[in-house]
Amino acid sequence: MTDPNSTPLIEVRDLVKHFGSVIALGGVSMKVHPGEVLCLLGDNGAGKSTLIKTLSGVHAPTSGSFHVEGRPVSFQSPRAALDAGIATVYQDLAMIPLMSITRNFFMGREPLKGFAPFRHMDMAHADTVTREEMRRIGIDVRDPQQAVGTLSGGERQCVAIARAVYFGAKVLILDEPTSALGVAQTSMVLKYINQVRTKGLGVIFITHNVRHAFAVGNRFTVLNRGKTLGTHTKDEIDIDALQNLMAGGKELQDLGAELGGTV
Amino acid sequence: MSDADAVPATPAPPDERLKQTTLMTRLLRRPELGALAGLVLVTAFFMAVANPAMFTLAGIMNFMAPAAQLGILAIGAALLMVGGEFDLSVGSMVAFAGLAFGTVLVTWDMPLVVAIVATLVFAGGIGAMNGQIVLRTGLPSFIVTLAFLFILRGLTLVGLKWATDGATQLRGVKEAAGDSPILELFSGEAFEGLFAMLAANGWIDTFRNGTPKVTGMPVEILWFAGIALVATWVLLRTKFGNWIFAAGGDANAARNSGVPVRRVKTILFMATAMCAALVAILTVLDAGSTDARRGFQKEFEAIIAAVIGGCLLTGGYGSAIGAFLGAIIFGMVLIGLTYTNIDQDWYLVFLGGMLLLAVLFNNFIRKRATGER
Repeated sequence: MTDPNSTPLIEVRDLVKHFGSVIALGGVSMKVHPGEVLCLLGDNGAGKSTLIKTLSGVHAPTSGSFHVEGRPVSFQSPRAALDAGIATVYQDLAMIPLMSITRNFFMGREPLKGFAPFRHMDMAHADTVTREEMRRIGIDVRDPQQAVGTLSGGERQCVAIARAVYFGAKVLILDEPTSALGVAQTSMVLKYINQVRTKGLGVIFITHNVRHAFAVGNRFTVLNRGKTLGTHTKDEIDIDALQNLMAGGKELQDLGAELGGTV
Repeated sequence: MSDADAVPATPAPPDERLKQTTLMTRLLRRPELGALAGLVLVTAFFMAVANPAMFTLAGIMNFMAPAAQLGILAIGAALLMVGGEFDLSVGSMVAFAGLAFGTVLVTWDMPLVVAIVATLVFAGGIGAMNGQIVLRTGLPSFIVTLAFLFILRGLTLVGLKWATDGATQLRGVKEAAGDSPILELFSGEAFEGLFAMLAANGWIDTFRNGTPKVTGMPVEILWFAGIALVATWVLLRTKFGNWIFAAGGDANAARNSGVPVRRVKTILFMATAMCAALVAILTVLDAGSTDARRGFQKEFEAIIAAVIGGCLLTGGYGSAIGAFLGAIIFGMVLIGLTYTNIDQDWYLVFLGGMLLLAVLFNNFIRKRATGER
């Protein structure tokens, strides 16, 4: 699987981001190789959101180095990151419920045909591609013109991921894709993440659910208060150790003892 | 990984809990369905109640002319609403653009072409300003354009007095327009030859001396239909149309997908203001004068027509054809009541009632369309 000596798709070193007097990231280092899932774990306020927003070009880092496939980059906009092959799928901002699946799928990258001023969207092609891509991930769309609002939460996440993959993403940043989903839908999304990884994409999977992370992750980076608490490969660490690392250990164990079970 | 290719190559079995999409569902998904149903109802009502003269060619032209004037505004308003914003200043904009048009044409004695272009550019500029204030401050467009509803109306009064030395009406437009070759595009009737030919063959009603009762189609009806077609094509078939839906549906998600939301909304504000300017040009040329009450309360009627046409107040859903049909419903009721024994003032009751019905219906449709429960 992953060759640790290959050029990482994304590598950041000592990434620092300040918002006024608040130090949101105080020196984060991490890298993602092709064909691996890096899980970013951390509690609320650990700096996960700031980190992914910096990686996806929403924020510019205050300091630190940021390389994509070995080349130093500094993104001015989410569009620039997208063009470099870094696609971010946000938990709730991925899809527009009232728009059709096709229109969502091609939003911002509409296929065109004809000559100006009569250039227009190639709807037939768009519908075909959408239906085909949905079929590939195992969602049976009878009518790609139906509104996205009719899909389940898991299906919507999968559509958003499929869209990013279709448009040539090399790195997928998934912001808590499973946090609002039920069991069956979670497994559907996790299965699809694994499928994307086997295609050779790098995936950064942000979650605070250790079980979901452990199901698909190859390496795990734990963030706490804007710093990394180290990165572990799957064979180095077990699920409980990871859970403790993430929650700052002690308190959760105490709580576990108090409630008479694992939290 | 050994399971590398464990990709589900076969399609998932169809979910047995989902019914096949029926024709009905697909129809209900069209935003303009409500307006179409409304139009059928209103037509049936007047066919039953009104003097049959209403549905002769002359009668149809009679109600289509006001429908066209409102409809041009309503289509602009509809696109803007789909894009997630309101413009309450379109009515005042009609008066203000009328003033600008009259001033350039009469007071400054410029050619008609210059006056028309200047008015459209000027209105576009105000639309862009509206848009910039809304986008940069993040204030609701409802409030910003409400302010401009009053500002533009007030400026029209002040400006008219300035341009005419104290009157609130600027006359002499027809004289100033003269016989400019482009006058035909903005005033009078079109297809006169066709109507004369139809009359000669006895296919349409004529007076006893052989001249047709309807000598041509008022040009505003052509503009109305043309704008409806272009707006529908843009909305449903172009990249920009997709961006309008996206910007109105969820501006953040659209921005994350690379849609230039600000540019889209600014263009929509400009287009709406320019629709108002076009109505001003058409009606001022028709009347030969402009006054401060032009377009009074038209912003509400335009928005109501857009809502009847299926636009959601929250944006991201609607249609231009719907606004087209909505405006025809308006024209039909406004003029149709004169063909009946019903008191004219029922028009206002109808206006409110129709709005309420349309909103309820749209809400129901939206839930059906999105499968929301």
